[in-house]
Amino acid sequence: MLKKISNIGDCGISCDFGDEVNKKTNKEVIKLFNFIQESVKNEKIKGILNYTPSYNKLIINFDLVDIKSNEIIEFIKSNDFSKTILSEKNKIIEIPICYDEEFALDVKRLEEKTKLTFKEITESHLKTDFFVYMIGFVPGQPFLGDLNKNLYHDRLDTPRVKIKKGSVGIVEKFCTIYTFESPGGWNIIGKTPLDLFNINKKNTSLLLPGDTVKFKSITKKELLSFKNE
Amino acid sequence: MSNYFKVLRPGINSTFQDLGRFHLQHLGIVASGCMDRLSFSISNKLVGNKISEGALEFAYQGPLLEFVGESKMIAVSGKVNFNIIDKNEEKKKGTPNQSFKISDGEKIDILSTIDSVYGYISISGGFKLNEFKGSVSTLIKAKIGPNKGEKLHIDDKIFFNKSNLLVKEKFIQFDFDKDNTIRAMKGLQFDYFSNKSKEDFFSNEFEITRLTDRMGMRLEGGKIENQVSKNIKSEGITKGSIQVPGDGKPIILLSDHPTIGGYPKIANIITADYDKLVQKKPGTKIKFKLVDLLVAEEAFNQYIQKIKNI
Repeated sequence: MLKKISNIGDCGISCDFGDEVNKKTNKEVIKLFNFIQESVKNEKIKGILNYTPSYNKLIINFDLVDIKSNEIIEFIKSNDFSKTILSEKNKIIEIPICYDEEFALDVKRLEEKTKLTFKEITESHLKTDFFVYMIGFVPGQPFLGDLNKNLYHDRLDTPRVKIKKGSVGIVEKFCTIYTFESPGGWNIIGKTPLDLFNINKKNTSLLLPGDTVKFKSITKKELLSFKNE
Repeated sequence: MSNYFKVLRPGINSTFQDLGRFHLQHLGIVASGCMDRLSFSISNKLVGNKISEGALEFAYQGPLLEFVGESKMIAVSGKVNFNIIDKNEEKKKGTPNQSFKISDGEKIDILSTIDSVYGYISISGGFKLNEFKGSVSTLIKAKIGPNKGEKLHIDDKIFFNKSNLLVKEKFIQFDFDKDNTIRAMKGLQFDYFSNKSKEDFFSNEFEITRLTDRMGMRLEGGKIENQVSKNIKSEGITKGSIQVPGDGKPIILLSDHPTIGGYPKIANIITADYDKLVQKKPGTKIKFKLVDLLVAEEAFNQYIQKIKNI
């Protein structure tokens, strides 16, 4: 259920679906996202530039030359988007991961916090069927859930300035894969050689919200010889 | 005869930009676009282009370009120290915000921006650039945009669109706003912060650090204390959001910002003050002033009118 709409600066709004982060809430967000995307495509509303779904919110950006926030809020409130049907074309994708200590930068932090050995941490990570909640931060980067509860941990207080492409990180009940070198504050546990984003492909982003991801452990040697299609 | 610029020196961070690419943020692709919309618009206006035409943006030290072909009108906008070098290697000081004719064998040497960060080069008819989803803005991090999504390199050739435009030389009087007060609205997680920190945020001075680029601007000042949670559920980000990680040091998210972020946001820069902010160099001390939506919308109207009137 859409709980609250707030302004973000003068050309953004946030549609908040509550604090719960689970698949049910996320699907409600995706419905509004689809509705806005369709409305923009069919020119039922003008001036909307971007619509970014996350676990429990949809953020909308607009051009203040064409439309004001109160007009968009009115538009959302006067339409019933909850009946939008979500397509069920979701796929299951296996992603190779190497947990070698060269790539698992935050092993010590995690071992201290979780009181588990790194082997136990990776075993738990490999066992999980991850749901793709959203794509973003940088192009094609997936946000996956849910981790086993014993792996929950906060993000770093000071984000790293550079994290290498392919790094796999965890924070709270979520797991992510950095698709480009970028700054970031997640606990890094390994690395994948698989390209998740390619602008020359029709589907620029390999994963889409609603897909399922399983990790498969590979050695450093396998990582180094891996070839993307 | 083919017309082009040969890149003899690329400069620090020279990329092609326009007003940005939209409708892709849900795939993690940020809008990007020019940092300073006013200066960007001026450089296009000076050479008779539509003001949204793709231009070459540079930061601090810009490129050294050699012009080959039939004469064209060109303009450099911003506060920029640059030379025009003729065929005999004679140097002449260039005037920014003034269009001029460039001829075969002449070079333009962008030495530095003055007390500012970004400048723009436009050429009449525009640069010949490959679009991605309707925009020629570059996002280096994801290798999206013209020039294979990369900064200029030495020996690159930059081609132009054909133009039969007869453009007169023109000058636009222009200076940056020296005021260091940046107006901002309350952020989505404003109430995550202690009362003292909320007050401090809108009264302390913050220094712009060197960890500043097209993605974000890191600030140093008093520590902003968070009393609710250092993390939030990651959510979509808008340009100009000010997030505060656990270390209490604010980061303003700029044009190439991540599309999603997990740190609480204390405030959002208003659109009308964005150009002024991004032109401030590291070491500058800025202050934030709290305003509401009505003030921000009114300021935007004045800002956009100013761009229309140039």
